Amino acid sequence: MEFIKKYPKLFQWLFLLIVFFGLCFAIDVPETYKFIRGQAEFVKDPNQSFYIFLGKEVRYYAFDVFWRLPPLLGWLPIWINDSLFFLMNEWMPIEFWNEDTQEFRTRPLVLQISRNLTAFMTFLIELIREILLGGLETIVVFTSWDWIDKNPWAELPGLPWTIVAAGSAILAYKLSGKGLALFAGLVMVYISIFGQWKPSMQTLSFILVAAPLSFIFGLGLGIAAFKSKRVEKALYPILLVMQTMPQYAVLVPALVLFGVGDQAAVIVTMVVAVPPMILLTILGLRAIPPEVIEAGKMSGCNNWQLMFKVLIPTARRDILIGVNQVIMVCFSMAVISAFIGAKGLGFNLLLALNQLNIGLALEAGLCISLIAILLDKMSLAWANKQTDYFGNLTFFQRNKNILFFAATVIIGIILAYAGTFLFKGSYNYLFEVPHNKGISTADFWNKGVDWIFDTFFVYIKAFNTWLIQDVLQPMRALYLRMPVVATLVLVVGAGYLIGGIRSALVVCGLTLFIALSPWWDRALVTAYMATFGVIVSCIIGFTVGTLCFQNKHSASFMLGVCDIFQTFPSFVYLIPVMMLFGITDTSVLIAVIVYATIPATRYTIEGLRSVPVGLHDAATMSGVNKFQRLTKIEFPLAFPHMMLGLNQTIVFALFMVIIGAFIGTEDLGQYILKALSDKKGAGIGFTLGICVAFIGLIFDNLIRTWVEKRKKHLGIN
Amino acid sequence: MSNPVIKCESVYKIFGENAKKMLQDSNGNVDAKTFQENGCIVGVNNASFEVSKGEMLVVMGLSGSGKSTLLRCISRLTDATDGKIFIEGQDLLSLKNKELIELRRNKMGMVFQSFALLPHKTVVENIAFPLQIKGIKTEDSISKAMDMVKLVGLDGRENYFPRELSGGQQQRVGIARSLAVEPDIWFLDEPFSALDPLIRKEMQDEFLRLQDKLQKTIMFITHDFDEALKLADRIAIMKDGIIEQLDTPANIVLNPATEYVRKFTEEVPREKVLLIEDVMDPSTTDNLGDLKVLKDEIIENVAEKILTQEKSVAVLDNKNKIVGSINPTKIINTVFGGRKNNN
Ligand SMILES: Nc1ncnc2c1ncn2[C@@H]1O[C@H](COP(=O)(O)OP(=O)(O)OP(=O)(O)O)[C@@H](O)[C@H]1O
Ligand SMILES: [Mg+2]
Repeated sequence: MEFIKKYPKLFQWLFLLIVFFGLCFAIDVPETYKFIRGQAEFVKDPNQSFYIFLGKEVRYYAFDVFWRLPPLLGWLPIWINDSLFFLMNEWMPIEFWNEDTQEFRTRPLVLQISRNLTAFMTFLIELIREILLGGLETIVVFTSWDWIDKNPWAELPGLPWTIVAAGSAILAYKLSGKGLALFAGLVMVYISIFGQWKPSMQTLSFILVAAPLSFIFGLGLGIAAFKSKRVEKALYPILLVMQTMPQYAVLVPALVLFGVGDQAAVIVTMVVAVPPMILLTILGLRAIPPEVIEAGKMSGCNNWQLMFKVLIPTARRDILIGVNQVIMVCFSMAVISAFIGAKGLGFNLLLALNQLNIGLALEAGLCISLIAILLDKMSLAWANKQTDYFGNLTFFQRNKNILFFAATVIIGIILAYAGTFLFKGSYNYLFEVPHNKGISTADFWNKGVDWIFDTFFVYIKAFNTWLIQDVLQPMRALYLRMPVVATLVLVVGAGYLIGGIRSALVVCGLTLFIALSPWWDRALVTAYMATFGVIVSCIIGFTVGTLCFQNKHSASFMLGVCDIFQTFPSFVYLIPVMMLFGITDTSVLIAVIVYATIPATRYTIEGLRSVPVGLHDAATMSGVNKFQRLTKIEFPLAFPHMMLGLNQTIVFALFMVIIGAFIGTEDLGQYILKALSDKKGAGIGFTLGICVAFIGLIFDNLIRTWVEKRKKHLGIN
Repeated sequence: MSNPVIKCESVYKIFGENAKKMLQDSNGNVDAKTFQENGCIVGVNNASFEVSKGEMLVVMGLSGSGKSTLLRCISRLTDATDGKIFIEGQDLLSLKNKELIELRRNKMGMVFQSFALLPHKTVVENIAFPLQIKGIKTEDSISKAMDMVKLVGLDGRENYFPRELSGGQQQRVGIARSLAVEPDIWFLDEPFSALDPLIRKEMQDEFLRLQDKLQKTIMFITHDFDEALKLADRIAIMKDGIIEQLDTPANIVLNPATEYVRKFTEEVPREKVLLIEDVMDPSTTDNLGDLKVLKDEIIENVAEKILTQEKSVAVLDNKNKIVGSINPTKIINTVFGGRKNNN
């Protein structure tokens, strides 16, 4: 009794676990459910006898409720589908003036909006694309096809790669300095001579539209939410769901609304990239000390000046993290939206992966990662740029970058022109190195993969078999064996113990939604893969983070590494694991682990770093050794922040599990992927996405509530 | 006092949801306790006073007594819950947003208790900020800001960021920033409290010199009575949002209006406050020594001279006419004598 009184929380948790396991053992698989291996889930026995209830065939026995809930939400995807269809094709028909046919036409409002939006996006993308690669569609927009037929000279020729490369190096130099300029130049040269120029520029034009638009919208909505409580209240739930919604799932409804192609991809990308930008903008603006705002007001700022000269620059740190996220998401989406027909490196990457041509996939993946890193660094440098007021610069010094660029343009054109003579009859390498005419290392990599397979086949196979048979399958079986009642009790109980009745209700609602959807078993499989990944990631991340924290340099180094890894599009992680482990669950799990270890490591280091230096010194002075300091002071104080890392780790892991469906896992992701190629898949895809988002949100809610309480308890903010 | 620059009439500032209603119900008799029980915090309670051109009003009081809030009301960073505020005759509370911005750009300057520098701007950019907001060309504003940098002794650090400066240096940037637009009305919220004694004294002297030259209208918050005495034309003492007394330093020390003020001023060294005039004996004008002192000299400055004398010392007015005398023992009594039994 003493013990119980001393640790009431511990006792409550123990009790909860006992109830959970008790339920698991007490409730047997009902006879009417059969485990089907091929579908990896429990399904109703089709031969089960049924009875008539209210004139309907019912195969569901009341007692089954403890095992699995009836799929009462089965109508939801269909309803979503029908509503979308209705919105697009029937709702609010309005007359619009049609330029081409010179007459009025009736069209549903949403369809018209969607058409206009995609047309606008197409224009933006084509504009940049044609500057970089050449083409005539932009000109056509302003004139007509007939005109261009008569005036073929007006077709944009595109920039020679030499100019783009030198231009980006000069820009990088202006923004940051020699280091970045060198990097920019090398990246561009690499892309060119490896024959990735065209797809890279296609991807780049996609990003150059999607990223700035996402940034502007995110910032704008963030400001609106900061200014008005009502906007914030309306936005907040959407933001929460979007944070944990897998990117695949957004593609499916977008397919219906905006069709296929780059323009649709840009819109989808914005849908995914804007929410984190909004959240970080709000976060940054909130954190501004009120006196800084007052100082701005006393300096005589009007509202506009206050926002753009005081508030936003002061919140810059968080807004920059937002920019970084936007770029990250944009590149991720550049790959994923190849599923809905976006051109560029992503498309090549998917194609290569599909054909199991690891070498090609690796090249495309490397290119896209390099461009991602370059853009990320350039945007950072741009935001951190300082003006020098004191240098007495000459005209030449002030404009040297522009002059240099002008010089490169001229030299580039001359070179390209010379190239037409130099490479007579073949391709003009000084203008553009065509795809698959550059140096290719694909064969080398493919041979490498083969060699690895030949040499280590036995070991890899053994490891694979061991992992799958002795670890993964039992674990999956255990997850699937959980009766729905037990799961509910566990989750709701945890919610109650952590955050009281409110948290319990929220978590209960989220879980019920998934349980009532037709995909509970799949959700369990998703959860099992994510759990496995998260556990391993956390162990690795916390250990590596703690070790690196012991030394200032290694900590900074590790954070830098995390930064770079985070910039890689998520799909890229699949390449090396497929190289090693082929198409198996192991591959996906390893990708999950690698990807999810990034936030685990980063938040560990940041958490430990945020422990006040004063405490550090005080502890040292009172004579604790390093280990004691770590366990007694640093860990407890850093733990809340580390838990936020866990939160991120879970989200990352879920994303990767879903993306892993591409390799062929049997979870929710597989169905999302299926929905993509299904004409009526929009509703299903969207509902599945919500299911995944809700899994994430359950953990998100529990962890956040716990962290808030803990922080209050420790008195840190 | 014919044309006060700042004029407050029964200004109230009460924080809380239904502050306005509670204030109306209370008919102006605001009691901090009852308000607090109803979830309202009283910041400023019925403040009425005037500050005339070129005058320096020092506001004192314990932490949380509402000094900063009063200043915020007068600069309209917060809207007063009730009452009227006039700046140079204009009704502050009825100003439109545009007029308010104009007023702040051209007339007002403020130094903040917690510096409130813009973290993304360097020292010189911070100082030039109000100028640039006004629309002055970058070059001009930077060169003006550089003058300010020199004035507050930060030359060589103009390209530092606030985070790279010590608290005192940051505060000097804040002071320079508020001075850059050459405001007529200057609000200072504990401007010198982050400075070390040496620099503080330097800044105070510099401040007095500036004030002598520029004749700004100043409201100055401080916790340091010495500072208040050195700078103030008049002192206001606040408690729980109420201005307990607003008077010249000497009057506050000699005739405290309330028990609270008496306690507050108990430890104040009289010789720093009182003038010869305040303690002289106007009736005796003969049988005096050779030494003569001016009647509006602060005692501290002439005490030593007087104490070397045996006879009483003659007190002169501005026209060199003897208006009274002072006995060395009187000085000793004032400096060391029981501070509790006045005079
Ligand atoms: N925004 C606010 N909301 C609610 N209460 C406030 C707010 N600002 C100030 N107060 C309250 O008003 C009272 C007066 O605060 P104020 O900042 O004016 O004190 P102060 O005299 O400047 O103190 P200090 O010497 O510590 O600066 C305090 O009780 C404070 O809690
Ligand atoms: Mg204050």
